[in-house]
Amino acid sequence: MELTRRQTLLTAAGAAVAAVLPLRGYAAVEESVATFTGGVEPGSGGITLTAPEIAENGNTVPVEVSAPGAVAIAVFALGNPVPPVATFNFGPLAASQSASTRIRLAGTQEVVAVAKMADGSFVADRKEVKVTIGGCGG
Amino acid sequence: MISRRDFLQAAMATSALYGASGFGNWARLSAQQALSQDQLLQFDTFGNVSLIHMTDIHAQLKPIYFREPSINLGVGENKGAVPHITGADFRKAYGIEDGSASAYALTHNDFTALAQTYGRMGGLDRIATVIKAIRADRPDAILLDGGDTWHGSYGCYHTQGQDVVNAMSLLKPDAMTFHWEFTLGTDRVLELIGEMGFPALGQNIFDKEWDEPAEDFEPYTWFERGGAKIAVLGQAFPYMPIANPGWMFSEYSFGIREERCQEMVDEARAAGADLVVLLSHNGFDVDKKMAAQVQGIDVILSGHTHDALPEPVLVGETIIVATGSNGKFVSRVDLDVQDGRMMGFRHKLIPIFSDVIEPDAEMAAQIDADRAPYAEALAEEIGTADGLLYRRGNFNGTWDDLICDALLQEREADIALSPGVRWGPSILPGQPITREDIWNVTSMSYPNAYRTEFTGEFLAVVLEDVADNLFHPDPYFQQGGDMVRTGGIGFQIDITKPQGSRITDLTLLKNGEKIDPAKSYVVAGWASVNEGTEGPPIWDVVENYIRRKGTVEVTPNTSVKVVGA
Repeated sequence: MELTRRQTLLTAAGAAVAAVLPLRGYAAVEESVATFTGGVEPGSGGITLTAPEIAENGNTVPVEVSAPGAVAIAVFALGNPVPPVATFNFGPLAASQSASTRIRLAGTQEVVAVAKMADGSFVADRKEVKVTIGGCGG
Repeated sequence: MISRRDFLQAAMATSALYGASGFGNWARLSAQQALSQDQLLQFDTFGNVSLIHMTDIHAQLKPIYFREPSINLGVGENKGAVPHITGADFRKAYGIEDGSASAYALTHNDFTALAQTYGRMGGLDRIATVIKAIRADRPDAILLDGGDTWHGSYGCYHTQGQDVVNAMSLLKPDAMTFHWEFTLGTDRVLELIGEMGFPALGQNIFDKEWDEPAEDFEPYTWFERGGAKIAVLGQAFPYMPIANPGWMFSEYSFGIREERCQEMVDEARAAGADLVVLLSHNGFDVDKKMAAQVQGIDVILSGHTHDALPEPVLVGETIIVATGSNGKFVSRVDLDVQDGRMMGFRHKLIPIFSDVIEPDAEMAAQIDADRAPYAEALAEEIGTADGLLYRRGNFNGTWDDLICDALLQEREADIALSPGVRWGPSILPGQPITREDIWNVTSMSYPNAYRTEFTGEFLAVVLEDVADNLFHPDPYFQQGGDMVRTGGIGFQIDITKPQGSRITDLTLLKNGEKIDPAKSYVVAGWASVNEGTEGPPIWDVVENYIRRKGTVEVTPNTSVKVVGA
C-alpha cells in the first residue's frame, strides 16, 4: 500500500463518510423503493440479482438482474448518496426479462433489485456487496 | 438396497478406518525408526478411478521444514470445525500419537525436536517417485495441480516460473488451476500455459471488459477412466485482483461465481458425466460452503488455505480433500464410479518424508540443472536465528516478527506491516539462514518495501479491513490469508465482532501510548497491491538486517491479544 499522505487522508475521509451514509440514506431508499412499488411491500422469489460478494473495483461493479415475466426491474444501491441506480422496462416483445450493467458503489452495502410483475405484484432480491481497500492474500 | 448416502457413509467409515490405521501405522513404524517408502505408499487400489492431488507447493522444489500453525481460528459455523483445530486437538481428532511422524507432519508442537528426528519434508524429486508409484498401480491416474505452483522461490522469481514449469512437465499433470501464477503478469502466464500442454482450468476466470468467460481458460475438461466419464472443473482463487495486484492481470475478473459453477456442473452432468470433480483454489471454508450450495459435485480437491487433512470432510454427498502446502503432501483418492454415481472412495494423505522416499533421478537432475546458474547466490549464508523461524498462525509467526523488525530498523519506521501470507518454510534454531531461505519467505513480483505515513485512523481502517477478510462469518467473504502482521504496535482483536469494531486498544509499543486517530505515523511495509510502489525489495531489507545482526534473537510476540476464540 503505497499511499501519499494526501491520498491516505482522502481515503480515510472516504471511509468515514461511507460509514455514515447508510443511516442517512435509509429514508431515501425507503422512499425510492416506495415510489417504484407504489408503497406495496415486495415479496420474494421469481427474481435473481447476481452481484459479486466482494467488488474487485467499487467504481464499476457488474450486476445482473433477471425476473421472468417482469414488466420492469429497478435496482437500488442502499448505501449510495442517490440510491436509485437504474430501472429497466420490458415491453411485451422482450425475449427475456433480464439486464446487466455496471454500477458504482460508495462502500460496502446492500444492493436491492425490485421487479414489477405483469399482474402488478412486486418481488425483490438483495445482495450484500463488500467494497474493500484490498489486502494481503495467502 | 443401499442408498447413495449410505454408501458414501460406509465408504467414509472405511476410509476413516483405513486412514486411521494408516496413520497409526506410520506413527508406530517411525517411532521404531522403521518408516519405509513402501509403507508410506501402501494403498490397496480401489474402484476404477484414481485422482492424485498436489497444491500450493509455492515453487519449493527441494525438501524443506514447514511448521503447521498453532492458531488457526474458525468463525461462525466453522468455529472449532476442521480445519480450525490445531496441536493436541488435531492429534486427538485423528488419533495421532504425540511425538509421532504424523504429529510432526501435521501439528506444531515440539517442532524443532521432531524436525531433527524426522527430517525435511517435500521435494519435487520425492513427489515424482510417489506419483510414479501410484501410476504403477493405476497407470491412468489423473494428476491435478491446484495452483500456487509457479511462485515462491529465488529460482522461480529469476526464471519467471520457468524452473517450476520445467520440473512439473516431467510429472505430466492432467490439468491445473491458478492463483499466484497471475502475479507473473498476463503475458507470462499465457506463455507458460502455452508451454505446459494440459488444460488450464477456471470456470470463474472472466474477461473483465466483456464480462464473459475468458477464452484462455476452460471451465472444465473431460477424462474417460475405467469406463467412467469424468468432468474436472477448475476454480481459480476468487479474490485475485483484491488480494494481489490487479494491474498485473488487468484483463481478467474472478469471483466465486457460484451460479456459473452450478451451470457448468449441470452442463457436464447433462453431457453424461459420471463423476464431477472441482479442482479448487477457493480455500477450505469457501469450498465447504460451495459444496453445500452447488449440487452435483462429487469431489472437491481443495487448495489455498494450506490445510493438510488426514481424511476427507463430507458435506452432503461431496467429499473435500485438502492436501497441505509446500510439497509436504500428495493426496491419492481412489473412487468407485458406477452408473453415473460415486459409490465409494478410499483416500490417503501421503506425507513426503524426504529421508524416507527415494528421490527420482530424472527430476532431481532437472531441478539441479535449473538451480546451477544460481547455486552460489542461493547457498550464501547470511546469519542465524537463536529460535525457530516459522510463518503460520493467524496473527503472527517468528519469520514475520523478524521481517517487521527488519522493516522498523532498516527503514526507520514507527510501525511495520507484513502481509498475512501462508507460504514460506521454517528454519530451525541455529540453522544457517541462506539467501534462498530469505527468498522462500519473501519472493514475489511486487516486493517493494514502501515507507509512508498513515494516520492512526487509517491504520485502524486497514487492520479492520484485513481482519474482516479473515473473520467474516460468511466464508464467501473470506480471502484465505492470515491477519496482517504488525511491528511496533499492539492491539486487541475480538474475532466475533463485525467489521469496524474488532480492533481495540491500538497502542504504539515504543512509548506505550494509544494510537491517536488524528496523528500521523511512519509506516513501513511490503507487498502493496498498488501500482508504482517504491522502495527496495523486501529480500534486501531482510538480508541487510540479518547480516548486520549476525544472530537474530527470536522472542515471544505478545503484542496481539485475541478475544472470542
